[in-house]
Amino acid sequence: MSTATILIALGAFLASAVEMVEALTIVLGVGTVRGWRSTLIGVAAATVVLAVLVAALGPALQQIPIDALRLVVGGLLLVFGLQWLRKAILRSSGYKPLHDEDEAFRRERADAEAAGGERRAGLDWYSFTVAFKGVLLEGLEVVFIVITFGSAQGHLAVAVVGAAAALVVVVVAGFLARGPLERVPENTIKFAVGLLLTSFGCFWGAEGAGVDWPGDELSLLALVAFLATFSWLAVRALRRRRLAYTPAEAGA
Amino acid sequence: MRYVVAFGRFWWDFVVGDDWTVAAGVAVALGAVAVLADAGINAWWLLPLAVALLTGISVWRQASSSSDDDYHVSG
Repeated sequence: MSTATILIALGAFLASAVEMVEALTIVLGVGTVRGWRSTLIGVAAATVVLAVLVAALGPALQQIPIDALRLVVGGLLLVFGLQWLRKAILRSSGYKPLHDEDEAFRRERADAEAAGGERRAGLDWYSFTVAFKGVLLEGLEVVFIVITFGSAQGHLAVAVVGAAAALVVVVVAGFLARGPLERVPENTIKFAVGLLLTSFGCFWGAEGAGVDWPGDELSLLALVAFLATFSWLAVRALRRRRLAYTPAEAGA
Repeated sequence: MRYVVAFGRFWWDFVVGDDWTVAAGVAVALGAVAVLADAGINAWWLLPLAVALLTGISVWRQASSSSDDDYHVSG
């Protein structure tokens, strides 16, 4: 198994896990308050839409010439991955609040209790739409990562298996915990996903633009190490900046 | 028309996010790598350096604006 294959499986697993934790919080918040039937139908409908997207777009992208595909996919992954990485750096340095699953769960329950009881097609429409939208929106990021990871390297199945494994782990963990998974180190996982997406984006984007990487796939590890070191330094610099700013702010 | 705009905005937010300069910088860097490769220069180092630079500028700017916000709130 090559370096790229292992990193693709790991990236798809981690990205899927962290997004599914957030989706699970929404589903649990609605389901525990309003009942499970309409909620689970919403989850199933969103899952079908996501699966159709992967099944349709994955093979279609593989018809595009590999260099053009890697240039476009690399560029997209780079821009997309940098969003994850920038947010993770800002969260770690205290400039952006950490995602609080317990707080999100309580907010979701409060909204579910306050919502009306409209019924459509025999379903509690609030439960159905919130569960559908929650799973679809969180899942779209996973689909984007799975399709881009899988198509650029020709390992769609590896990325799908990685994402599916995460789905199983999160659902089982949620079932055992019977609540939101607030102890999952979300920002650390998002940091890792941001690093992997950005590293793959760099690797494939440059390769698609005509670059030959020294050491071929092994340079992926060097890219991850370089970006991790840079991010760590950025977090340290921003933390120092924030601490230096706080006394002045207090005195203002 | 409203739905088309909303659809476009969704995908813009989804892929590009809150700092379009990073996306523009990535596009310029990829273009530069392609031009250099076409001229026979294997500039594998250019994209990682550009990514580090763009990320550093972006997070520093966002940190500055959030510090300014905090200052105005508390002041």
